[in-house]
Amino acid sequence: MTGVRVLVGTRKGAFVLTSDGTRKEWGVSGPHFAGWEIYHAKGSPADPDRLYVSQSTGWFGQQIQRSDDGGQSWQAVGNEFSYEGIPGTHQWYDGTPHPWEFARVWHLEPSLHDPDTVYAGVEDAALFRSVDGGQHWQELSGLRNHKTGSHWQPGAGGMCLHTILLDPTREGRIFAAISAAGTFRSDDSGESWRPVNKGLRSEGIPDPEAETGHCVHRIAMHPTRPDVLFMQKHWDVMRSDDAGENWHEVSGDLPTDFGFPISVHAHEPDTVYVVPITSDSLHFPPDGRLRVFRSRTGGNEWEPLTDGLPQQNCYVNVLRDAMDVDSLDDCGIYVGTTGGQVYASADSGETWSPIVRDLPAVLSVEVQTLS
Amino acid sequence: MIRVELPAHLRTLAGVSGEVTLDLRAEAPAVVTLGDALDALEARYPVLRGTIRDHRTGCRRAFVRFFACMQDLSHEPADFPLPEPVLAGSEPLLVIGAMAGG
Repeated sequence: MTGVRVLVGTRKGAFVLTSDGTRKEWGVSGPHFAGWEIYHAKGSPADPDRLYVSQSTGWFGQQIQRSDDGGQSWQAVGNEFSYEGIPGTHQWYDGTPHPWEFARVWHLEPSLHDPDTVYAGVEDAALFRSVDGGQHWQELSGLRNHKTGSHWQPGAGGMCLHTILLDPTREGRIFAAISAAGTFRSDDSGESWRPVNKGLRSEGIPDPEAETGHCVHRIAMHPTRPDVLFMQKHWDVMRSDDAGENWHEVSGDLPTDFGFPISVHAHEPDTVYVVPITSDSLHFPPDGRLRVFRSRTGGNEWEPLTDGLPQQNCYVNVLRDAMDVDSLDDCGIYVGTTGGQVYASADSGETWSPIVRDLPAVLSVEVQTLS
Repeated sequence: MIRVELPAHLRTLAGVSGEVTLDLRAEAPAVVTLGDALDALEARYPVLRGTIRDHRTGCRRAFVRFFACMQDLSHEPADFPLPEPVLAGSEPLLVIGAMAGG
């Protein structure tokens, strides 16, 4: 029997939403780790019962929780994220040097093959890896020590490494995205990195050809076509057909090309979803209407998906890690809002309904398709 | 035995419901310091490492405060001797999450 498990991270705890393959009736468990910010929770593709959760508060710092039974029970594992060597400085908002300081884990990306191997993207931007189920964390310092690292600056939300994509077809290829530095690629399992941002244009950057300094909000790939990447940048929706070497804009007829998340349909590599947000100063949907936009042409031509989503007086945001898809035959799309709703569509976005309406602000949504 | 009162989130994390008691005199009979108490607390409950003091520097986290016997010990060094009533177990060492946020 197939089913779906949706891992929801919120400002005040984690929630686990479960349903069978029909996705009509949902069970809700939580809050787990009540009162803590859950930036991200994600399951291992190699063992769906292995879950990792990033739990933090400004008071008591970072915890990593692990479950080996699909969220029935949890164990706090290692929480020491020490930058390798003398961390040095990056640029602060005003352009002055600022020491690299660990704040929190934004994103956890379990290995595609080994449940005990998991990557962590952190603020201040760096990539860590654990090979023992989260007990110990080692920085992959080639990223932070890239020659451009001392020039990276934070975005408004902090200087976070928020996206980690593992190429399922090329051993050792990893993409990482940092606000506001850009996208980086490693072809040697994270030892060395280079920026892959050619073609991005960012207002306010003096040099339009700048190698870094771009506020990438999220990147996404389809596992069967990993050289094609889609990006929601601060402004602009972008596409690369050569593993990030070159990017071109595919915002097309979107009502606004500002936004945070971007996802690819589970079975259609050219079907892409974004949630347009009014602007960088107005973090809510245009006209108070929550619309997910879908392109079935790999970008440029977009259609609004509205059936079941609030079309008046809606002023929520959808954050960068708060949209995901399942891989059931009719692909499901899931969107979590800062208003505490998680909306689901079991028909590729045609119709939507809320699974839950009144959670704390949703920070992340990750979906596991269970067999 | 000394008594340590933890904030709610750290009690949950450590899996305790009330005060924590630590036998410090047996381990460090000469002078028992604030740092000794925190070391013993973290040794008993490893999950608390990094939640009260920074892993790397050992410094108190910014939004955590220490009080005992109506005194604010937050800015005292790690080798600050704990007050006698704390050592005697008649007063607890309080670990407080600062009031901040909403």
